[in-house]
Amino acid sequence: MPIRTGRYVLTLPSGPVITGSAAVVGKKEGEGPLGQEFDHIFTDTTMGESSWEKAESALVREAIIRALAKASLSSAEIDVIFSGDLLNQCIATTFGLRELDIPFAGLYGACSTMALSLAMAAVFADSGAANNAIASTSSHFASAEKQFRYPLEYGGQRPPSAQWTATAAGAAVVSKSGGGPRIEQVLFGRIQDLGIKDANNMGAAMAPAACATIADFLRDTNTKPTDYDMILTGDLGAVGSKLLIELMQKQEGIDISPVHADCGLMLYSLDEQDVNSGASGCGCSGSVVCSYIMKRLTTGALKRVLFVGTGALMSPTSSRQGESIPGVAHAVLLTSTGRE
Amino acid sequence: MPITGKEYDKMAQKASPPSRTALNCLKAFLIGGLICAIGEGFYQLYLYAGLDDKQARAAETVTLIAITAILTAIGVFDKIARHAGAGTIVPITGFANSVVSPALEFQSEGRIMGTGVQMFTIAGPVIVYGTAAAVLYGLIIYLFQLY
Repeated sequence: MPIRTGRYVLTLPSGPVITGSAAVVGKKEGEGPLGQEFDHIFTDTTMGESSWEKAESALVREAIIRALAKASLSSAEIDVIFSGDLLNQCIATTFGLRELDIPFAGLYGACSTMALSLAMAAVFADSGAANNAIASTSSHFASAEKQFRYPLEYGGQRPPSAQWTATAAGAAVVSKSGGGPRIEQVLFGRIQDLGIKDANNMGAAMAPAACATIADFLRDTNTKPTDYDMILTGDLGAVGSKLLIELMQKQEGIDISPVHADCGLMLYSLDEQDVNSGASGCGCSGSVVCSYIMKRLTTGALKRVLFVGTGALMSPTSSRQGESIPGVAHAVLLTSTGRE
Repeated sequence: MPITGKEYDKMAQKASPPSRTALNCLKAFLIGGLICAIGEGFYQLYLYAGLDDKQARAAETVTLIAITAILTAIGVFDKIARHAGAGTIVPITGFANSVVSPALEFQSEGRIMGTGVQMFTIAGPVIVYGTAAAVLYGLIIYLFQLY
């Protein structure tokens, strides 16, 4: 059963296991520095489908099917799936999962969905509510642009602080027992808003939430940044990462810079792939965590990774109405197989 | 020590790299100028072909719109615009692209509710306020009997 540690952290004594994880990505992501890490690279960004929304559905379904295969489980053995995406009413997820016949709990955490779904799946597995649960998420550059910004062929310029929505999906099977990386602790974050209104600067909007979550986690667990091999934020990008480190210093007096990494800065080559401030989207942290990070936790190259998924909780409507962008960040402590 | 919204706004502005204004202006000037030169070329061509001044101007505009529509459809226009910025937005090319790109994008939602409804999502405000400004302008001219 999960035990509350301090104010916000939930400790999971059984240490739910990630028995299989998979990441599938689009062409641009496959050409990035992590290209070798992914389970599958779609060279056609339509995934052979007739709309971008269907393409994203195909993406998340593929990630889940591959994760199931790696965990040597069938969909009938899964008790619940936690999943979500960026599209209105999470249609990429629901249409993608329609055929899988797994009890479905949809989530909306914007780009924090991978951390949120992992945390939910881990709490379910630890409490005994599920023997096997899936956590998954997806995003697609074209479907996100269509909903949140401009049509794909519109000729506009992006400001340097803007981020590139990743065409990617990640899925992880979280089980009560088995072999693989473990989830030891989770923290569901509080919504933070310091008044950033620029939807082209989401890193700045999300950094306060990441700061609050990391500070809460360290305080509740009585640990310091160097107790972790990596504090991995979801998709703060170049601007948000810089602000997070500065906020942690000024507000909390904690220096996380030696162990901080950001999925948004790992997915693309910032200099060569014309992505301005880095990657964003649910699939950004989803694909990085479910491939690169899980592989290194399995081999023991990484031992303790505090994954902090970050989400910007705005909609096109709230942006047009001039509202600021609330951010949220959820933390998941991932540890390598060998437990002390 | 908690950071206030005001302080954070300053921090965010400092952390965000500024747009490369000088380079963007230069590129916009050169590419925008080139588009206008191409337009002028068509205009001269149509005059040479025997059209009168008014017809040649209309034909030139239509040609630029057609070229933009084709470049948008084959996915080239946005790549040029990423460098050109205002250079492609300000001439008629920007307007044409802003109509064609949503028309293409929303095809998947049908010819009427998709293309038909969404076609002017970007250009709509330009048309609305352009028309309103023209009415106001006409009214001023009428009232003061400038002609």
